Amino acid sequence: MREITLHLLDIAENSVAAGARNIDIIIEENILNDRLYLSIEDDGKGMDEETVRAITDPFTTSRTERKVGLGIPLLKDAAEACEGSLTVTSALGKGTKIEATFQHSHIDRMPLGDVAGTIYSLIVAHAELHWKFTYRVVNAAGEAKEFVFDDQPIKETLGDVPLTEPDVLVFLKEMIYEGISQCKNHISYTGE
Amino acid sequence: MPTIKSLDDLKKIREEALQKRQAKVESGSIEIVVGMGTPGIAAGARETMKAILDFIEKHKIQDVVVRQTGNIGLDSWEPIVQITVGNNPKVTYGKVKADLVERIMKEHVIGGKPVKEFMIEA
Repeated sequence: MREITLHLLDIAENSVAAGARNIDIIIEENILNDRLYLSIEDDGKGMDEETVRAITDPFTTSRTERKVGLGIPLLKDAAEACEGSLTVTSALGKGTKIEATFQHSHIDRMPLGDVAGTIYSLIVAHAELHWKFTYRVVNAAGEAKEFVFDDQPIKETLGDVPLTEPDVLVFLKEMIYEGISQCKNHISYTGE
Repeated sequence: MPTIKSLDDLKKIREEALQKRQAKVESGSIEIVVGMGTPGIAAGARETMKAILDFIEKHKIQDVVVRQTGNIGLDSWEPIVQITVGNNPKVTYGKVKADLVERIMKEHVIGGKPVKEFMIEA
């Protein structure tokens, strides 16, 4: 996959498949420390230690009967190729947290891609779940700016009107795209 | 610079939507499902999903449920889109890149006629 946000989408789908009700996503671009950080935390069914080992290293596991997807190993390889890492923290019955880091300026780092479009489609297409999304940027001068999108107050306001109501789609799309683009503009701001 | 959207804006949207709903004749609901497993995503399912949402927004189509799901199990046909209109049987489309969305939505969702050439036997 050619974008970090496509990996994010893939991992978020795993969280949905694991029966999560609350999914918390964080993307941080830190120019000062030259890091890109990604985190997806859910309260789904979680995994035991053996499964965690199996999903991060599918080709060395002794078990063959479990069908293991390639999504997480692909992201792990991509992070490690960019002076970064991938960690999976999970507990059965509690949930799973997946964190990946990259060297932001690494020449091999794939682009972040369409952050707003990814979040927009996840929220609308899994309207039954509670999504919280944070996009945080720290520019070269060390100044932080963040956009936090929590769909709970939006759903409370809407009541029985669905997110796919055309005017609601316009609202959500503008809110998310505007929030992300303000943060993106902040990255290039040098403090002068 | 565009103004930041507020929940008050959303309240207005809600009231308008509820009024429209009362005036509307019952036409049956529409369900659209996009396969968003790893193969689907790699084949461009996110762009397909965005194109579907843009179409709903642009043509003001109401009573649509849009969902994404894990692997449908037809990897070589990704991106896969399944559409159910009212009580009609579910139709499965294969290799639905974003540029095919407009035609399928126009003919099937608005016009009520499934687009045979993109259908796959499920």
